[in-house]
Amino acid sequence: MSDDRFEVVIVGAGPAGAAAALALAREGVEVLVLERGDFPGAKNLFGGILYTSVVNELIPEFWENAPIERHIVNRRWLTLDEDTQIGLDLKSAKFDVPPFNNTFTALRSKWDRWFAEQAEEAGAMVICETNVEELIVEGGTVKGVRTGRDDGDVEADVVILAEGANAMLAERAGFRPQMGPRNRVNAVKEVIALPPEIIEDRFHLEGRQGMALEYFGGAVKGTVGSGFIYTNHDSLSVGVGCLIEEYLRLNMAPYDMLDEFKAHPMIAPLLRGGETVEYATKMIPEDSYDSLSDLYEDGLLLIGDCAGLVNPSIHHEGTNLAMASGVAAAEAVLSARKSNDFSKARLAEYRERLEDSWVMKDLKRYRDTVHFLLENREMVNEYPDLAIRLIRRYFTLDDTPKDDVIKELWKTIRSEVNFLKAARQMWRARKTML
Amino acid sequence: MSIDVREYLKPHVHMSLEERLALVKRRFADESHISVDQEAFRADGQKAVLFMCPAQVFKLNPDDDSCIVNYEDCLECGTCQVTRRYVTWNNPQGGYGVTYHYG
Repeated sequence: MSDDRFEVVIVGAGPAGAAAALALAREGVEVLVLERGDFPGAKNLFGGILYTSVVNELIPEFWENAPIERHIVNRRWLTLDEDTQIGLDLKSAKFDVPPFNNTFTALRSKWDRWFAEQAEEAGAMVICETNVEELIVEGGTVKGVRTGRDDGDVEADVVILAEGANAMLAERAGFRPQMGPRNRVNAVKEVIALPPEIIEDRFHLEGRQGMALEYFGGAVKGTVGSGFIYTNHDSLSVGVGCLIEEYLRLNMAPYDMLDEFKAHPMIAPLLRGGETVEYATKMIPEDSYDSLSDLYEDGLLLIGDCAGLVNPSIHHEGTNLAMASGVAAAEAVLSARKSNDFSKARLAEYRERLEDSWVMKDLKRYRDTVHFLLENREMVNEYPDLAIRLIRRYFTLDDTPKDDVIKELWKTIRSEVNFLKAARQMWRARKTML
Repeated sequence: MSIDVREYLKPHVHMSLEERLALVKRRFADESHISVDQEAFRADGQKAVLFMCPAQVFKLNPDDDSCIVNYEDCLECGTCQVTRRYVTWNNPQGGYGVTYHYG
């Protein structure tokens, strides 16, 4: 591939890279996407929910053709202790009609492949089994990439890094902050096969309806993390994801966390008869907005996970931020192309577009979420545990008069809760987590 | 085709980690894409990479307290290099390593 030159080289054919490639190729830009896996999606993983507002703009009514699993009509956020579950249940027929609340389950090996094919059909070139080993930098300007292939240099006006959570090139080149145990989540997941009829019966679904269950508190040992069960068409995605710092604090392995979650009396019945057909793991960036790098350099843009664009709140959005950043990067490149100026100053338009969109507005909103939870573990440990005990006691039927039950509940609250501290925490939780 | 509901009322069978790792398709490279600074590993009292790696790539060699790296088992999450800076993790050569069927 020596002397090869493209207008834009994109490193990584995941949702971010493919979205950028699609948006650029449609405008006639010569785009090369380099993917290290056997095919786009081969090495990619997420929990299982694909938010699709961006996809639906790029490919209207994509659900007619795309390999999605189910559309989510029912969401539950639950907290567990060793034997009890409480939670919030949202199920709506409004989510059962297009665009299905832009919330689907998907399996990345299928979805990413399909999405990258759309970019190819629009004219992007996708080359797989190709590792980018370094950026070619001349005088501080990124001029291309060096691949692992013989004569593998490719020149470009702009390189877009969409290399995923392991932001190797970006970190090594000094274009992003260092990854650490307090800003990286490890998630492990099993895909557990079950016939569609069993899934629909077990989770009260019809046809292609789906359900998303997310578990907090004792489900993950009171750590800053969560467990999940998402219904695919003929399988469940079951997993846990916690900050690496939390595993280090507990001296605990991710697979042990997963196994205990799966064995929990509230979880095990949902998995009955299911056969594990895949075990997989991924690291998730949870950088704060405040620690993001510029995301644009001379001849370079960072998008998706490698830029740190993940909403770490209860919304757990990642792939749609990835795709939105891919589109914003493409738009910035298109306007830079008009003046043939790919300098840092010109490419700043990318960041401006992100800042003006929900992407950075949301990341700003949740800039302190992870830090707040790490400093206030009561939010994921003592408080949910107390809520379970109070609600359970309130509804425990014995011969105690209700007046006495309520007195008992207040006594429990008074003895266990530091009101001033809790009021302060709730105020901050409102600002950092909601 | 009708399904026998009773088949799906039986408890889910938990697989060992080894069994689960065996489910994932991989193409092995000749050379390891992971290296460990053995002195720093010996100095790590918690030996964090031993439990933190979801694929148990890192094993303790009881003979000399060194770290054995079974890079063939790697699922390429990169958690090791974030857990401890004494691990150097690289992408495996293009076309090698893990290929997820579901993802």
